[in-house]
Amino acid sequence: MAHSVRPGSEIPESQVTSPAVCAERRRFLKFTAAAAAGGIAGVGVARATQAGTKFTGLKKGGFTTDEELTSFEDATSYNNFYEFGTDKSDPAEYAHTLKTRPWTIVVEGEIDKPGTYDIDEILGWMSLEERIYRFRCVEAWSMVIPWVGFSMSDLVKHFRPRANAKYVEFETLQDPEQMRGQRYPILNWPYREGLRMDEAMNPLTLLAVGIYGEVLPNQNGAPLRLVVPWKYGFKSIKSIVRINFRETQPPTTWNDSAPREYGFYSNVNPDRPHPRWSQAKERRIAGERTLMESLFTTRIPTLPFNGYGEHVASLYTGMDLQKHY
Amino acid sequence: MNGGSSSRLHAPAGDATRLRLLLKPVVFLVCLLPLASLIMTAVQDGLGANPVEAITAWSGQWTLRMLLVTLAMSPLRQWFAWRWPLQIRRMLGLFTFFYVCLHFLTFVWFDHAFLLMDILGDIIKKPYITVGFIAWCVLLALAVTSNSYSVRRLRRGWQRLHRGAYLAALGGIVHYMWLVKADYSEPMLYLGICTLLFLTRLVALLR
Repeated sequence: MAHSVRPGSEIPESQVTSPAVCAERRRFLKFTAAAAAGGIAGVGVARATQAGTKFTGLKKGGFTTDEELTSFEDATSYNNFYEFGTDKSDPAEYAHTLKTRPWTIVVEGEIDKPGTYDIDEILGWMSLEERIYRFRCVEAWSMVIPWVGFSMSDLVKHFRPRANAKYVEFETLQDPEQMRGQRYPILNWPYREGLRMDEAMNPLTLLAVGIYGEVLPNQNGAPLRLVVPWKYGFKSIKSIVRINFRETQPPTTWNDSAPREYGFYSNVNPDRPHPRWSQAKERRIAGERTLMESLFTTRIPTLPFNGYGEHVASLYTGMDLQKHY
Repeated sequence: MNGGSSSRLHAPAGDATRLRLLLKPVVFLVCLLPLASLIMTAVQDGLGANPVEAITAWSGQWTLRMLLVTLAMSPLRQWFAWRWPLQIRRMLGLFTFFYVCLHFLTFVWFDHAFLLMDILGDIIKKPYITVGFIAWCVLLALAVTSNSYSVRRLRRGWQRLHRGAYLAALGGIVHYMWLVKADYSEPMLYLGICTLLFLTRLVALLR
């Protein structure tokens, strides 16, 4: 409780954590200005909804790592979120056009309680925790991110899935007005991802609403995103508006785009090279490195299931992971 | 008024000479602008979370741009009957080689820390790197034979060899296209320009 915060003071200066003091201060000013203009709902109430707002009373989740964290600045300025452009810097530059409140999520399919749920209603059911996960992109770079969220399995229980719910399909918002990248047919919009039901129910599978103790910046997939740390990053779909429980395996965006390169499972696997780049090693983006330090940091070996084998390898016993990549 | 007429007679020749003298140094400096801009960005800590990737992309793109500019020199001469494009063509070609070497050096040094097995593994197993490596070899051969001695020595063979620049350009563009995940707009633009230049040369050759 040492880190709890008085209600009404969403970002106390004492809570400002390095690594990104500058960015923090910028956001603090922006937040204060917006609050002064009366633009923010929820100032003075416990629930944090605006990007940059600190969460109060977070508990530490069971999953963590003592590896060096990626800096806040790097994690929020180097993103693949093609809905806002294909450059890594595009999401940070253009995602401010995304409106994350009000936000509803259509939940449907093989469940007893389908419906359109407001994100704040869902957040009312869940208790948030912080988990530090490794994050491995299929492009062979990786980060270490402190997420804020809740287990997917805890949410799924609320919808009462039926026995024939074998897969979960997720869909990102489609709105070219808010997401300028969707004005070009780079991918088959809207972005879709999917998990097998037992993958979705694994305790590691997280639905995240924040990073570094604060509400997700838009470029990181606000207001709600998936985090599946043993799979390549593109499986961790962002800005979710639909969750569909299905009996059959759902189509997924990158698999549609290049089936030979991106499988449905896409588990991190150093022994299964991507046709265009090796997956044996990765470039870790972590800490506050100078340019010279970054240039002379060597790649580190990639671990099967991104190092989460003890929790998830059993999901795939008997499967040929070269074939089901 | 009358006094000016005699100096006017000489003025055009003097200007042209001065321009010609300025041509190469100016082009040289312009060709260094991409490098200057990279250094400025780096000094301001602007290369982002993954500087190795940023420098790789920067050097690769400027190699292709520089190569296409080099290839545009002969068509420019042909279309507009200018002489200057041929006077700077070799320098542009050598700058192309300069940027491709920065690209290659980034790959073997920063990306792979000179680990030979990793480098060879990439060159052999990854088609886009195989093609890129071949294109680099072609550019190396062209750079080595770019001096006047080689031009004289190889005679007609020199021209044939240096048409390999188109091969390098095509290789570079395919290399780029194969590494892109979904947004093909920039490599397609380069392919369009390259095709146009190639057709121009082909038509001139067949005439």
